[in-house]
Amino acid sequence: MNRLSSLKTGFGGVGLVLGLLACQVEEPEAQPQELFQQPANFPQPVYAVDQNRPTAAGVALGKSLFYDGILSRDGSISCAECHNQAYAFTHHQHDVSHGIDNRVGTRNSLPIQNLAWASDFFWDGGVHSLDLVPIAPIENSVEMDERSANVIRKLRASATYPALFKAAFGTDEINGPRFLQALSQFMLTMVSGNSRYDKWVRKEPGGTLTVEEMAGLTAFRAKCSGCHAGELFTDNSFRNNGLFIQGSNDEGRAHVTELPQDRYKFKVPSLRNVEKTLPYMHDGRFYSLEAVLNHYAENVQPTENLDPLLQPKSNSDQSRLGIPLTSDEKRQIIAFLKTLTDDQFLRDPRFAIQ
Amino acid sequence: MRLSLILLLLVCLLVGTIWSCQNEVDVSETGSLIINLDNRVGNQDLSLGKATYQNAAGEAFTVTKFNYFVSNFRLKKADGTEYVLPQEANYYLIQEDKPESQSFTLTTIPAGTYIGMSFLIGVDSLRSLANISQRTGVLDPGLGTHEAMYWEWNSGYIFLKLEGTSPVAPAAQNNLFFYHIGGFGGGYNGKKTINNLRTVTISFNGNSAQVSASGRPQVNLTADVLNVFTGTTTLQIAQHSSVMFEDYSANIANNYKEMIRYKDLQNQ
Repeated sequence: MNRLSSLKTGFGGVGLVLGLLACQVEEPEAQPQELFQQPANFPQPVYAVDQNRPTAAGVALGKSLFYDGILSRDGSISCAECHNQAYAFTHHQHDVSHGIDNRVGTRNSLPIQNLAWASDFFWDGGVHSLDLVPIAPIENSVEMDERSANVIRKLRASATYPALFKAAFGTDEINGPRFLQALSQFMLTMVSGNSRYDKWVRKEPGGTLTVEEMAGLTAFRAKCSGCHAGELFTDNSFRNNGLFIQGSNDEGRAHVTELPQDRYKFKVPSLRNVEKTLPYMHDGRFYSLEAVLNHYAENVQPTENLDPLLQPKSNSDQSRLGIPLTSDEKRQIIAFLKTLTDDQFLRDPRFAIQ
Repeated sequence: MRLSLILLLLVCLLVGTIWSCQNEVDVSETGSLIINLDNRVGNQDLSLGKATYQNAAGEAFTVTKFNYFVSNFRLKKADGTEYVLPQEANYYLIQEDKPESQSFTLTTIPAGTYIGMSFLIGVDSLRSLANISQRTGVLDPGLGTHEAMYWEWNSGYIFLKLEGTSPVAPAAQNNLFFYHIGGFGGGYNGKKTINNLRTVTISFNGNSAQVSASGRPQVNLTADVLNVFTGTTTLQIAQHSSVMFEDYSANIANNYKEMIRYKDLQNQ
């Protein structure tokens, strides 16, 4: 690996010399800006960015697809329908998402942000690669209700897309992998890492936390970070957090694995921009952060596969189900969670509808 | 960047040339082998939507769809050794409604005498988890060269799809039955999940296929829909009219493991 990169550097050097010889009068070409930016406080991405590195044309194509109803059966529903930028790309004011013909799903749409760091997708983790994510809402009968093969046919027949695919991939061939890679390129660029918390961690201007928020951070680390771990505020695991079983009796992860030990487990979601991503939980049953914390403090149910972290422990102050939280702690934790709001991301014109 | 790639290519070519010169005597002849798959129901040719058949449980049924993946071919030589075909060009989707899909050619096989072969029904876990750029053609999950042989909500290929009608299937289901069988065994943080990949081993029954640069040997196989309904488990449409990603699917996979059989071969 090292030898290869030094070889490459060597050849790059030769190329530079030859390039200079060939056109001495011209300014050397400016390096294109890296479109996928990894915040300094983030870990290495899970997604193999090298295998599908975003380019300006690829991202433009992906963005065009993201905002285009052509992905749905009757042209009415684009990705943005349930993934609205102002709410960190979630479906605001909808507990479960509404799709085509006003049909209603069973789950609350998840934010589209920092997906390069996610290892499994959707509440049940049924999709294991970002590249495969868009097929699920396209084919879901209550979301876009379309066949992905038909989307490809429509794109091939469109007046604009062949040229966009040519710009992105070199030829105007439109196929499944290219379609999916372009959407991934756009989604990879949707990185939220400039909240006030991030600036505080990186010691940047504007990175100040109040006494209340600092107290919240301390309480959060003690009581919440067992699951909402690290800088992405999730350990990417699937857990049963003790919700009342109601409505569609959604078995979550077990739907995908068919394993009894996965019944009622759902993805631990990231908490970035959590102030804006209400409602909360897989079925959107809680409309405020207060309701969420009240659940953990007072209302955790002893359902099948309840997470061990929510079980009582004899040697601590956790004498009953859930997480012991005082009202001060709840208020402080919520104050801290609001420092994860990244206004720059929520208003970034690069992600906005044209 | 482009220049450095060209230079790298030149170095590779140079190294390659030296290497091939040293091994000149080993440069071997290759040839191809045509595989023909004929879908049947017992001793009748499969006819979609028209003929009525009877399964081992005595239930009448018609077939409206019969698709399956075969992959990972290995050819067995007379001396007992095996030639494993390169994985990247080793996936075929057989569709009853697409006659051209029922015949395909395995290429760049070392010349020699072959007495049998083995392959998978399904798409292996390695390819099921591979980067999207390595999943083109019949493996393209977003494209309709195949018809929805893919679960979008639970990423993975459907290995075998058998659909049809039967008077014993529920009226509320329009008397339709569906068997969508897949599951490559995991990829979920190391957890074992349903694995319905099955290996088929075929002997050419004492015959041999002569692979050479000039010959075009053909191996004729049959796939019997009745085997989906019988084998280690007698599948009753009345009891199981719709089987997809669930534990019971393994019974159907154990049945379809036996559905493909050797018929004959021709050396030309």
